[in-house]
Amino acid sequence: MSIWLTLILLGGLTFLTRFSFIAVFDKVEPPRNLKRALRFVPIAVLSAIISPELLFANGQFIWDWNNPKAIAAIIATFVALKTRNVILTIVVGMASFWVIRLLLPGK
Amino acid sequence: MQLNSQTKQFLLGIRDEAPILLGVVPFGMIYGIIALSAGLSTFEAQNMSWIVFAGSAQFMAAKLIAESAPLGVVLISGFVINLRHALYSATISPYLKGLPVKWKAVLSYLLTDEAFAASIVHFQKNEDNPNKHWHLLGSGLLLWTSWQVSTAVGIFVGAQIPSSWGLDFALPITFIALVVPGLRDKHGILAAVVSSLLALLFFGIPFKFGMILASFAGIGVGLWSESR
Repeated sequence: MSIWLTLILLGGLTFLTRFSFIAVFDKVEPPRNLKRALRFVPIAVLSAIISPELLFANGQFIWDWNNPKAIAAIIATFVALKTRNVILTIVVGMASFWVIRLLLPGK
Repeated sequence: MQLNSQTKQFLLGIRDEAPILLGVVPFGMIYGIIALSAGLSTFEAQNMSWIVFAGSAQFMAAKLIAESAPLGVVLISGFVINLRHALYSATISPYLKGLPVKWKAVLSYLLTDEAFAASIVHFQKNEDNPNKHWHLLGSGLLLWTSWQVSTAVGIFVGAQIPSSWGLDFALPITFIALVVPGLRDKHGILAAVVSSLLALLFFGIPFKFGMILASFAGIGVGLWSESR
């Protein structure tokens, strides 16, 4: 029972977060500085998710240059810079991850 | 065949969302596997995917529910993880101005990271198209459907895939594919670098709050750099 209460409240909260500005901005013009800031939102938020995914494992920082995730991420970054192609970047990133793990046994 | 403008926008939304699914589907499957191993029932795990419909918050909630965390802790951590959606809401709101509230509610429900990423680019290029909201409906519904199906696959079939495949790596790789092409100038690059480094430094702060702090710092530095 309490699991369902948790799920419904969490779902409602998530919806309200997404609805917040969409609901009120009809009447409220966003301040110019907020509009300028929003260009940086996806860049900053996604970057903050990416780096710990690459450099932490089980809550511990990975002090090791032979880190398949980090190496594959660097390769993917170059592919993304050169081609700006989302699919190609993901395919090359995953493929290099698997190849590097084969080359670095025990990783 | 001449498509009307609404259908065309809807299909463009589907087209622009499709490449992103490559990173979403494994993530949905992993959620299904993790939710079951955390002790949720098949029914609870599947239903969370449409009731909450937010990947990272679902992972966190499954983990916390399994650890019998109090309701308040689940809600606060979920809210913090989802704070970025308020910023997406603010970013996208000027383009949805004047729509009926039903439309706004449906599009808000569908406003995930991935639908936002696909549709905001389209909105910026097609500001004057009166039917552009159909693009977000298309990208959002495709993402929604894929999320429900991949959750189901994760629950029923994905449990057979050994975790040694490292499918969870598809998530950061997808985000790299989305962020890097958007780094158009040194201000954006600076925002990304500061945010990445602080996210590492703040990693120990509970409930992913470090991620939020790092994001705001990245945004602040980008603004500061641009206005200098």
